[in-house]
This record gives sequence, structure tokens and C-alpha cells, in this order.
Amino acid sequence: MADVTAQGMTTGDGRLTTTDGRPLKLALAHAQSRNRRRAFLLVAPLLLFIVVTFVLPIGQMLHEAVYNDEFSTHVPELKAWFDANPAAEPDEAAYAALVADFRVAAQERTIGKIGTRLNYDYPGVLSLVKSTGRAVKGMEPPFKDALIAEDERWADPQLWSVMREASSAYTASFMLAAVDLARDKDGAITRAPEERQVYVKLFIRTFVLSGLITLICLILGFPVAHLLATLPMRWSNVLMILVLLPFWTSLLVRTTSWMVLLQGQGVVNNSLVALGLLTDDGRLPMINNQIGTVVAMTHVLLPFMILPLYSVMRPIPPSYVRAARSLGATSWTAFRRVYLPQTLPGIGAGALLVFILAVGYYITPALVGGASGQLISNLIAFHMQDSLNWSLGAALSAILLVLVLVLYWLYDRIVGIDNLKLG
Amino acid sequence: MKKLLVLTTALTGVGFAAHADITVLSWGGAYETSQVEGYNKPFTAATSTNVIMTAADNPAAPIKAMVEAGNVTVDVADVEYADAIRLCDEGLLETIDASTLPAAPDGTAATDDFLPGALTDCAVASIVFSTVFAYDSSKIPEGPTKISDFFDLEKFPGKRGLRKGAKANLEMALMADGVAAADVYAMLETPEGIDRAFAKLDTIKAETVWWEAGAQPPQLLADGEVAMTTAYNGRIFAAATAEAKPFVTVWDGQVYEYDMFVIPKGAPNLEGAMEYVKFATSTPQLAEQAKWISYGPARKSSAPLIGLFNDGKTEMAPFMPTSEANLTNALPSSYEFWADRDSELNERFNAWLAAN
Repeated sequence: MADVTAQGMTTGDGRLTTTDGRPLKLALAHAQSRNRRRAFLLVAPLLLFIVVTFVLPIGQMLHEAVYNDEFSTHVPELKAWFDANPAAEPDEAAYAALVADFRVAAQERTIGKIGTRLNYDYPGVLSLVKSTGRAVKGMEPPFKDALIAEDERWADPQLWSVMREASSAYTASFMLAAVDLARDKDGAITRAPEERQVYVKLFIRTFVLSGLITLICLILGFPVAHLLATLPMRWSNVLMILVLLPFWTSLLVRTTSWMVLLQGQGVVNNSLVALGLLTDDGRLPMINNQIGTVVAMTHVLLPFMILPLYSVMRPIPPSYVRAARSLGATSWTAFRRVYLPQTLPGIGAGALLVFILAVGYYITPALVGGASGQLISNLIAFHMQDSLNWSLGAALSAILLVLVLVLYWLYDRIVGIDNLKLG
Repeated sequence: MKKLLVLTTALTGVGFAAHADITVLSWGGAYETSQVEGYNKPFTAATSTNVIMTAADNPAAPIKAMVEAGNVTVDVADVEYADAIRLCDEGLLETIDASTLPAAPDGTAATDDFLPGALTDCAVASIVFSTVFAYDSSKIPEGPTKISDFFDLEKFPGKRGLRKGAKANLEMALMADGVAAADVYAMLETPEGIDRAFAKLDTIKAETVWWEAGAQPPQLLADGEVAMTTAYNGRIFAAATAEAKPFVTVWDGQVYEYDMFVIPKGAPNLEGAMEYVKFATSTPQLAEQAKWISYGPARKSSAPLIGLFNDGKTEMAPFMPTSEANLTNALPSSYEFWADRDSELNERFNAWLAAN
């Protein structure tokens, strides 16, 4: 500021200007906005990258969870009838619209899409839609009687309720299905039939197992991190390599190694049998179940616990614990009241990191989890890759995302996110 | 300038080469080998078109994603019958005109030469494969002979391997429960029948290892991870014959069906894909492929041309799903049933799997 005024001049009305006569305020704003632009241009690539690779796909996924037009775009006349007759019983006009749409759909090979969409909410309707698609060609009015004569399910109010729901592209039915809920024939929300309930159970299992894995990682990782932080540099470096080497090894290699170790005829079981600790028939089932998932995931995620803990423990001066001891604290008290509180930011960071990674884990449970060790991510993959019910997959992902954000918020409220220390 | 010219020429060349290639999506493993030897190498020799093979656990799965995203990278895919019907109904496949397929050497039109049901609007069958169960005879000398033995944990203790999905498992469970093959689908149409199938699967659920890729079951048997496992019959044959594993196939209760060639809508090289499908499903090629794996050809005229396995001594006929001796208690998979009920029953299957 001093520089500018020194070189500047004062106009007749007392305002400061630069040497070339522009008002100082304007010149400064100009210079600053140029700086801001330049700063923005520097971060623009990163911003663009985040928008393109992160915000857009996640937004698209959230949208997919409540949007499915596979039914509505292929039945324009029926959709028009639903829009014109909110809450009305299906009459002859509705059945006529259905027949007209099905005739077009059968010709354009979209009848399968219509049936597939309805089948999500009304199991078994796919075959009905297809056979009706073949039959509508020769149907004569009155269409209501003709359709019901073809199959009496066309009179089922539940089916019409499902079609009404599906006739608008924006729908909550996938979000409902993702938490084992469904709509009954009056549109009220009820629990899904028992033999179809699976998602709530898997969400609970995912969170319980992730919590367990986080806990085991903490119990195993804490002493290792402490050792790393207190050993002389020469030894701690060697130890550090032992921690990092598996960290740098491919996830698939580590998971398949666990398969070799844990399987029925694997290294662990063979050794126990050779030592006489197990009989040949009594080999422990340690893979293709929850044990496999927990063991392999704990191993894979352990470095994510050790590294933040280590970075927090390293700068803690050993003199604090020594001072506490010399003032009469037992070693347990010194640990609990002096050392442990100082490591809390590392524990928080490590636990959060491990937990959030574990919640979304996919490959390891798919390979070593068998049936009982499957997590919600495996069912998301199933709907994305096999059943191709993308809306349901997206709804499950959206719920997972929300649950993780809620946990993050809770963490912030209880521990405080400022206390997080990642390294 | 000259440099630029060279560069652009090279790029165009690459462009042309890439366009002329065709990509085939199949099931990997021993089956892929048979297709490479039986179809691809002769095809490349005849037309100088390169064939690139890629593999998936189930090639039907990526097709919808590709077509709907408008990014089809596959020209030809090898899928199960029910999936071919389903994808065709959803408008995801090119139609294939059966009358353009090559006739048999004796002049019989293709439409008469193929086995019944082997030609549909969008798909051409290449082989008949079967889901069977198999065991390692070095571990179980007095082996199982009936499908009910597979579910009998008292007589034959040990782990079981099953494909992770509803298809074929439900049928086998019912047959093991004493339902005649002819009645299986009528029973599965009823809720009680489905409950009965799941109840039968319940009896071995705790002892089951679930596989997904066709290459896994022979591996599970070889590792001793399972005492017996269901598998695609050709995979067990390949492991037993080519790798001399002591695996025995039990044909009782087998579920057999066609595997189909389909062309996804928007295939990058549609013309090449059509040529490939016509070539691969011609009489000599189907017979040639059957020399590499024990899957039966879908053409009547190919059957007499099959001789020995490529080791030059194993007679193929007894290992084919369609051989008379193997059909005493066998079930043709119902594509109508699975095209319509697949998603619903798999959802139920997943819920059943997760409950414990």
C-alpha cells in the first residue's frame, strides 16, 4: 500500500490514483482479480477432474436410484391414462391403452424391457407380459375382458398399483426395495415378503464385520505402531519395511495367498494336522465363511491403521511417560492417562479410515467370503453386473453412502474432525 | 511433411486393422481353447480376419451394459439359451436370419440340419453343454452314482461345490428329491415346488462352496476343497483327459442346454460378426470344435464327423451330454422358464444365501 501511494498522485477531489491516472481502488481490484483468476486456473484442472470423475458419477448414481424410465417410455398411452385418472380403478380405456402400447412394444422388441421393469416389483410378471405381448395382436375389444380372459392377473389391483408406480420415471420403489420394503395394492408401504428380505440383514452384517475388523486392526496395530515409534531408527526402518511391503503388494495377490493358507488342504490346516492338533477329518473351516473375510480384510487394512498411529506416536516425547512414572503413576496409569490421550487423533484417523474402507470392500469378501462372509458391496456388484437391475444397485449404493456420511458426521460431533491426523 | 504422411498412413492402417478384427466374448478356460482351435484359427486362415477372444464368468451380463451405454466392444458373444432369449426380447441383439446359414455338406438346409430349437430370431446354437456333478475317484473310491447321492451327506461326507445362482441347482435339487425329470419344471412353476427345491438345497447349504466361473470346479476338486461339485461337463472332461486328473462325471440328473452365438446390437464389426457366426456354426467347424471339448455340436450333420479327442486315442462319444447312455435321467433346461423367472429366482436365491 505504501508503495502505491508513494508512486501515486492525488487528484483534485482527493482520491488516490496510480501513476497512469487510474483510481487506485480500481487498479488494486483489477490486480487482485487477475491473481484470483490465475489461482483459480491453477486449481481448475483438479476441480475439473473431481467434477468429472467424482461429482458427476455419484450424482448420476443417486439419480439412477430414484429414476427408471424403462416402463414409462415404452407405454405412452397407459402413462397418459394414469396421468389423467389419478387414483381411479382401471376401466376399459386403461385396458385399451395397455393393449395399444403392448402391440407397439411387441413389434419394436421392447416388451422384455417393460416386463423386466415390472418384474422388480411384481415377481413373475415378466412371463405374463411376454405372453400377453404375443397375444395382443389378435385381441378384439372389449379389451378388459379379453385381457382378463388371457390371464386373470390382469385384474389384480396389486399389479395395477405397481404399473401406476412405474409409469412415472421418478419412483421411490427402488429405495424401498433396498431396505426390504414394498408397496401393497393401496400404495401403502409394507415389509417385503420374508423370502425376499436380504438387504437390511446385509447392511447390518457389513457394519458389524467392519466394526470388528476395525477393532482387530486397532488391537494388532497399536503395539506395532508403538514399537515403530520408539525403536532406534535403524530397527524401526526395517520394521517399517515389513509393514509397507504387504501394503505395496497387490490386493489380489494378498487375498489369494490367504486362500492358499486358509483352505481345507491349506498350509495352516496341514500344519495343525501334522502337529497332531487336529484330526484329518476335523480340519478347521477358515475360508469361504466370515472367518475368511475377517482375517483377509484385517490383513489388507492393517497398514491403514498402523501408519496414522505411527505418525502420531513418533513426535510424543518419551519424557512425558517417564515424568508420570517418576511422580508415582503405575505403568498402566501412565499409559492410560498420559500416553493414550495423546494418540487419540491417530486412533481416530486409523479407525475411520479402516472402517470406511471396510464398509465398501468388494474383492476380498467375494473371493474368500463364501456365502456367510458376503457384504452389501457384493450384492451391489450382483445388481450392477448380473441381474442388471441398476436402479436397485444404485439405491443400495446411495444408502451405503448416506450411512457412511452419517457416521462421519457422528465422528465429527463426538471426536471432532480437527482431531484427525492422517500423517 | 513426410513424417506426418508416414504417421497418418500408419494410423489409418491401425484403424483399418482394428476395424477388420472381430472380438468374441466367451467363457474362458478349456472351452475357449476349443473355440480358438475349432473356429478362430480356421476362420483367420480362411478370411485373414483376426479374432480376439475375451472372457467373462457369464458373457450375457456385460452385453446390456455395453448396448445401453452405446459402447459395444464385442462383436460376437457366447451365451446360454435363456439369456439369448431374454436379451433378444429386450431388443439388445441383432437378428440373425437363419436361412443365410450355410447348408450341410449333403445339401440339407441349415434350418433342417440344426437340432430342434437351436435357431431363434437372434441366436444360433453352437453346442449342447451340460451341468453335471463330478468327484475325485482317488478320494472316494466307491463313488456316488445318483443325483440323490450329491445331497446325501451321511453316505458321502464332505464339502459340495455348486454354482452361485438358482439355475440348474433348483432342478438338480428336485431331481435328487425324487421328482421325475419330466415333472421338474411343472413343479418349479408352483410356489410349493420352489420351496421344496430350496428346502432340499438347505440340507447341504452349510457344507457348500459356491463357484462362479466355469474354471473353478475342477480347481476345487483338484485342491481337495470339495468332495464333489457340479460343473460344466466339458471342464471335467478336459481336466480328466488332458490333465489326467482322476475325476469321474456322474451323468444322472444332468441338466443340458444349448449355448448360443449372439451379436450385440451396435457391434463394431457387424459384417465380420455375421461371417464369423456363419463360419463357426457350419458343419465341419462344429465337428472340429468337438474334438477339443466334450460338448455336442448343435447340427445333426456334425455328429458323424466327430472322432477322437485331440490326444488321438480318446473316443469322444461317451463324454457327450447327448450320448444315449448319459440321457437315462437327464433334464433339458427350459429356456422359457429361465428367460422369465431368472431374475426373480436369483433374487430369492440371494436372500436364501444370505440368511443363516
